[in-house]
Amino acid sequence: MTSPDLTGDTPLRRIGSTALRSILCFAATALASSAHALDGEIQVHDPSTVIEHEGRFYTYGTGKGLPVLTSADGWNWQRKGSLMSALPGGKAGADVLARGGDNTWAPDIIHIGDKFFVYYSAPGTQPKSAIGLLVGRTLNPDSPDYQWEDGGPVVWSDGIEDSNAIDPGVLLGPDGKLWLTYGSYFGYIRLVELDPQTGKRLHPDKAPVNIAINSEASILIYRDGWYYLLVTHGSCCQGANSTYNIRMGRARKVTGPYLDNMGVDMIEGGGKLFAASRGRHVGPGHFGLLDLGQGVQKFSLHYEADLDRGGISVLDIRPLLWSDGWPVAGDNLVAGTYTLESARTGTVLELAVQGSPVGGFRPRRGGPPGSGIAGSAPGSGPPPGGPPPEPRPGPAIPDQDSIQVAANWPATTDVRLAPAMLQAQQKWTLTPAPNAGGTPGAPYFRISVAGTERSLTATAGAELAAAPFTGAAEQLWRIDQLTDGSYRISPKGVPGAAAPLALSAVGSSMPTLAKFDPASDRQRWLLRRP
Amino acid sequence: MKSRCCAIALFTLMACAASAEQARPPAASLTQPKGATSRVDTRGFIHRWLVLEPVPVPGRLTETAVKEALGAAPLPDAPPRAGEQLTLSNTPVKWHALDTLNYNVNLYHFAWALSKPTSNVLFWATTVVDSPREIPDARLAIGSNAASRWWLNGEPVIALNDDRQAVIDDGVSKRVTLRKGRNVIRAAIINGGGATDFCARFLDANDQPIAGLVVTLAAD
Repeated sequence: MTSPDLTGDTPLRRIGSTALRSILCFAATALASSAHALDGEIQVHDPSTVIEHEGRFYTYGTGKGLPVLTSADGWNWQRKGSLMSALPGGKAGADVLARGGDNTWAPDIIHIGDKFFVYYSAPGTQPKSAIGLLVGRTLNPDSPDYQWEDGGPVVWSDGIEDSNAIDPGVLLGPDGKLWLTYGSYFGYIRLVELDPQTGKRLHPDKAPVNIAINSEASILIYRDGWYYLLVTHGSCCQGANSTYNIRMGRARKVTGPYLDNMGVDMIEGGGKLFAASRGRHVGPGHFGLLDLGQGVQKFSLHYEADLDRGGISVLDIRPLLWSDGWPVAGDNLVAGTYTLESARTGTVLELAVQGSPVGGFRPRRGGPPGSGIAGSAPGSGPPPGGPPPEPRPGPAIPDQDSIQVAANWPATTDVRLAPAMLQAQQKWTLTPAPNAGGTPGAPYFRISVAGTERSLTATAGAELAAAPFTGAAEQLWRIDQLTDGSYRISPKGVPGAAAPLALSAVGSSMPTLAKFDPASDRQRWLLRRP
Repeated sequence: MKSRCCAIALFTLMACAASAEQARPPAASLTQPKGATSRVDTRGFIHRWLVLEPVPVPGRLTETAVKEALGAAPLPDAPPRAGEQLTLSNTPVKWHALDTLNYNVNLYHFAWALSKPTSNVLFWATTVVDSPREIPDARLAIGSNAASRWWLNGEPVIALNDDRQAVIDDGVSKRVTLRKGRNVIRAAIINGGGATDFCARFLDANDQPIAGLVVTLAAD
């Protein structure tokens, strides 16, 4: 099946799907070298969609009473008790226990009006299970208003039917309707409508709609006229032996049919791959959309095994991209050396120093050293008469690095934009700044010309310079990948400026700092390996 | 007054001699200014300039070469006047008042019509922009073929090196405050070979062109 691109994603059209594929291909290569999930206490299984509330981020996972993970910046996380400790009785209500059992797994959460609805799995002996509801008005455990109320069971499975009522996923649709999907391997993934006022089922006598089969961790998202159903295939809970992977289909109607990229209905096992094991992480599952606004979307998930943390299950937050009408799992930025190319101008960020051609200045009409072809130095007179000599290949010219050319560079200098020339002043090393915090899915980065201390610096007046690194806020950079694959690059702080600003191409040769405009290419940057 | 009259007479003689030996038509995109003032166009581009005839320079366009070229043919501090003649780098050159019909000033047209060299040359240009009010966080935004240096009210604000096409808003200054009243722009454009031109306008704090500016060539 060939599906038209109906995303309406103008930034994607600007940069082009070819460019995005190139970016993704590069990202895949980069990820293979190293990638890090979040920092802090991120051990969790089956996390709920990460949600932001009053400047903090929260997620809840499988475990006794639904363990709480919270973060002030979305990068460094701490475990902080359990959600049900704020529930009278400290555990699910009697009706939930009767319909399901005394376990608390795989919750999801949504904020509607002044209420938070938490849906959680309460399995007994599967597939006898229930999904319970908790209602609260704040997520902040330190708030005097912090408490959760038992909303009773919302849906359940009797242990005989072709469904296992666990793994809730909740969506508030564009029409204001609230939907719950659920299910796990014992038959169907099901859909029911909820009451946005109460969080409870809207038509309890109406049979659920079966929309997929033999998967779990289902959840819906909506974009530009399409409902997307994301589910997790494979096996969980076996560490690095888990085959978890996230797959998806899409439908024009919330009730389906949800078809994958080949037109296979998910109720017949279809599902386009969204995320699989990569790099140092095995078994991605439990997708959750985190929309940060202004063209920045991320998704939360867990890995069954983080090989860098001894194979435990951990939380991660990654960029969510869109291509040809499908969501694409982006990768968190990998430390390394890049060129920073303006999507507006096609020019790259460089120190404002005199560049030198890679390999040094060479004769205009001559060949490379060793080719036997004579030439003249620049400005030494007119070229020799007659036809130009036939050039012959010479030895490879090594890459240019700062050691070769930086002897006369000032320690502090302006920065500017220029055509990419593979020169040392255009190569920037992006390094996570230690103990500087971060943002959802990424630490703050130091951006320095490779091999030097000259670091990109926000200056007073919202302009830029390159100066020795001090670790100050104006030298710490937030790098968010946008839904079209390009990046927004923002300083943690700008002297004298209160509002957040982003690296901006005000002209082909001039970078500056300006308010981010998601409709413009001015603040969109492409990170490429030089 | 006497010396000025002599200068005008000498200029007339030279102009007649030049017109006798050249049969080139005038630059199609450039005209003699009409009226005392001009306004920037709807996209903010400045159309009225004083442009000095080209001065031969090596034509290399690196940062070092541009500095050397400007050092070899520096412009006097005194405000220029149309028709005024001076000698730079042993070359007699004259200021011309021009209105461009386009968004840019085609220096190739300008020099070619005068039977002057167009390659390996330095052009000086200047103009005066009157702002009805003080405008903070403005930017001078230019394009030049090829390397160029720009000054606003005596302060260097833009430096472009290397061979390049004149792209709108290629070189952009840092944020500056446009004075209420006169603001003097001075530019040096160095061409290696081929076409050569420039364009200039001011942008506001939102990177939008500033309209409503009046352009004069008043020397003082």
